[in-house]
Amino acid sequence: MIIPTSYYLVLSGVLFGLGVVAFIFKRNVIAVFMSIELMLNAVNLAFVAFARAHQQLDGLVFVFFVIVVAAAEAAVGLAIVIMLAQNRESLNVERVNLLKF
Amino acid sequence: MMMLNHMWIVLLLPILGAAINGLFGKKFPKAAVNSVAVGSVALAFAAVCELVREFWLLPAGSVPWVQSYYTWMVAGETTSHPFRINFALQLDQLSVIMLLTVSFVGLLIHIYSIGYMEHEGGYYRFFSYMNLFMFFMLTLVLGANLAVLFVGWEGVGLCSYLLIGFWFRKKSAADAGKKAFITTRLGDLFFMIGILLAFWTFGSLTYGDMFGYAAEKMQPDTLAHPGVLTWIAVLLFIGAIGKSAQLPLYVWLPDAMEGPTPVSALIHAATMVTAGVYMVARMNPIYSRAPIAMYLVAVVGGVTAFYAATIALTQTDIKKVLAYSTISQLGYMFLGCGVGAYAAGIFHLMTHAFFKGLLFLTAGSVIHAMSGEQDMTKMGGLRKKIPITYWTMLIATLAIAGIPGFAGFFSKDEILEAVKSGPHASLWLWAVGVAAAGLTSFYMFRLLFLTFFGKPRFDEHHAHVHESPLKMTIPLMILAFLSIFGGWVAAPKLAGGIDYFDRFLRPVFTRYAPAPAVPEVASASGLSPGMQLLFAVMGIPVILAVIGLLLAWWFYIKNPDAPRKLARKLHGVYVLLLNKYFVDEIYGALIVRPLLWLSTNVLWHVVDSGVIDGAVNGTAAVARESGGVTREMQSGNARSYASWVVAGAVGFTMLLLAFIGLAVR
Amino acid sequence: MIVPLIVFFACAALAVTGAILLILAREPIHSALSLILVMVSLAILYLLLGAEFISAIQIIVYAGAVMVLFVFVIMLLNAGVEERTDFSKFAKFAGLPLGFFLLIEVARWMYGASAGSAIVPGADAFTQAASTRALSAELFRKYLFNFEATSILILIAILGALVLARKSQ
Repeated sequence: MIIPTSYYLVLSGVLFGLGVVAFIFKRNVIAVFMSIELMLNAVNLAFVAFARAHQQLDGLVFVFFVIVVAAAEAAVGLAIVIMLAQNRESLNVERVNLLKF
Repeated sequence: MMMLNHMWIVLLLPILGAAINGLFGKKFPKAAVNSVAVGSVALAFAAVCELVREFWLLPAGSVPWVQSYYTWMVAGETTSHPFRINFALQLDQLSVIMLLTVSFVGLLIHIYSIGYMEHEGGYYRFFSYMNLFMFFMLTLVLGANLAVLFVGWEGVGLCSYLLIGFWFRKKSAADAGKKAFITTRLGDLFFMIGILLAFWTFGSLTYGDMFGYAAEKMQPDTLAHPGVLTWIAVLLFIGAIGKSAQLPLYVWLPDAMEGPTPVSALIHAATMVTAGVYMVARMNPIYSRAPIAMYLVAVVGGVTAFYAATIALTQTDIKKVLAYSTISQLGYMFLGCGVGAYAAGIFHLMTHAFFKGLLFLTAGSVIHAMSGEQDMTKMGGLRKKIPITYWTMLIATLAIAGIPGFAGFFSKDEILEAVKSGPHASLWLWAVGVAAAGLTSFYMFRLLFLTFFGKPRFDEHHAHVHESPLKMTIPLMILAFLSIFGGWVAAPKLAGGIDYFDRFLRPVFTRYAPAPAVPEVASASGLSPGMQLLFAVMGIPVILAVIGLLLAWWFYIKNPDAPRKLARKLHGVYVLLLNKYFVDEIYGALIVRPLLWLSTNVLWHVVDSGVIDGAVNGTAAVARESGGVTREMQSGNARSYASWVVAGAVGFTMLLLAFIGLAVR
Repeated sequence: MIVPLIVFFACAALAVTGAILLILAREPIHSALSLILVMVSLAILYLLLGAEFISAIQIIVYAGAVMVLFVFVIMLLNAGVEERTDFSKFAKFAGLPLGFFLLIEVARWMYGASAGSAIVPGADAFTQAASTRALSAELFRKYLFNFEATSILILIAILGALVLARKSQ
């Protein structure tokens, strides 16, 4: 049975949307990070689906790089989160408000 | 021919003096300030004399002699009625008379001021303003079009304000300056409208163009049909009412006595206030074609002459009496012009400059001798102490009263003759004029007697009564001479001969005259010259003048108690006259106070504070409020930021979808 | 050949469930585990699409390293139940609707985007083409510069993490 590309894409879209919702909804810093990872994953799925649809490898290579960069970003980002947690004694995103007017 | 081609030198000299004294005078010693100020006026007078000499040699066809120096304003060149005003100067017989009077009397008063202002502060400022005044007055007289005249007109008003308020730290002086300026401003408003109307009618403001147009292309207005000529004449005359202190805009002149006495002599007696008369005389072709306007001029002049004389009867300040006297005499000048005797009006202007200037200067001398006292009731018995002042003032008083032989007699007599039996005669105006003449004699001799005769009503031992120095008395003597002989140019007419003054000015008033001029014939009556002279001298005005003198003698020398008893008997009239008919109070209540109320409550509170400040502050408030609203976005809250990012993304997505066309299915 | 379809829907359901659980979880550790679920199901989907290498990378790197890092950090910081604060009014009222709106739009867009692409029968053909060998050849020829740059990026990330971590002591 052939699975139409559009199914994968819709799934990718839904996952992306859920990632956005999580981004807004969650109050824990780490959870917000994880929502970013979710969004990236959704995008990866779209890339692979298109690569398959157009029979080209460029999409897969892009996915490769996305994964690498996401890993690097997670590393540095979590280091910052650790510093943040130690400074503000809280992991609540809304408590990090020193840039208030 | 040099001066004729360079008339502007006459104007340059005084303004140069004003500039030098104004800018550098503070550092000069008094002698230097004097030399610059008096020197510039003296040189200007010399220039005027040379100008007159050259003028005398001009052939009749070159008069009026016009010199145009540069184009001042031009607009609408390509239209059918371009607006062009040149800075142009004109010389004719009328300007010659005015120039000589203004510059000579001005020179004498400048010399006098050196002595009078010796101990005053702001010495250089005084002379700077006086020179500036000379500049503007000469501009007014020399102008060849209404615009240049108006420059001079406004300029002398400015200098008047500056000089009245010379002692500006004194509130009454500062207020008087403001009052003068504002009152004349009201007149000037109508004057300006008149100028606009003149331009609209004639297409030009140059005298030659205007009069030529009126003479050739327009029908004179009649008493029944006022046309645009009447309107122009009336509007310009209202300006003259303000400037020359006639009813109802005279109120500033008595207050103007706050200024130093030389100022009163020069500006408010001899020159500035006569600018209105000069204007009417200059515009005689227009006035002659507007009988309603002429009648208005005559009536205003005559009534003012009488009215001011009644007020002068009761005043105790020596300068105020002279101020009301000036208003009254100006009324005579307008009366003369109003009945078509322009030359007579100008003649009286000239003689008045002599004797009124002299009166003010002698009054200044008295005040100087009395160390600043101006109240006549506190004077008396000064005759032996300051003789030169006494004799010159006596001559001036005789002149103003119209006693035969003195200058005032000739000029006043000519005016009254014209009112009685000239082309626009009016018997009731003649009666008013004659009554005013009687009153004039009475109050002037009252002034003389109160000041110089009787027992001294002040402390003789403490006051330091001294005669004025030579600098001050020599001008007095020169003016006294002129007050006697200055009028003799008209004398031959009384004996059946010709009035030389009138003949000299004749071309100015006949060139554009509507009706054929009254021929200059020697009087046709069959009497011998001697008899004619006798009749002239025994005329009613003279009789009334003598009666005035005798009455004054009776009231103030023979029976010093009589005035007080009369005042008690006619208490109401006395109070009315003493308080100047309460005109200032009426004006204050009717005009000044409502205007101030309007200014404060409407213009200040509502318009300025409310609307203008409100708009400006409102704009700032809007900015502040909107800023306040938008800065709420900078909450520092990351969730908020995240939501905003998403909102932006949504918007962008919508935009893209719309463009790409993958619409929502 | 209905099996792929069943697998697809199963994995899709799992992924969406994992995402929803991530949102609804009260403790961050639960969110982390849900995310791992999502990643694993995505890996299976990649296999279904014929990208074996990517699938392996997903498991090894993403689920195996990145998520483990997340879990370490959660444990290090002892992140507990997150407190319920709602300082941002905009996020509270407009956030969710916006998010869902975006979800729907993107989904619809994606659905429409695939209109032009035909589905090539035979996953094997792509699988063959997308073999590790071919992919690496592509990587080291066409995308060599990107590859090297990425390695430098990772070096920077390491250094950065080290510096930040040291400072916090």
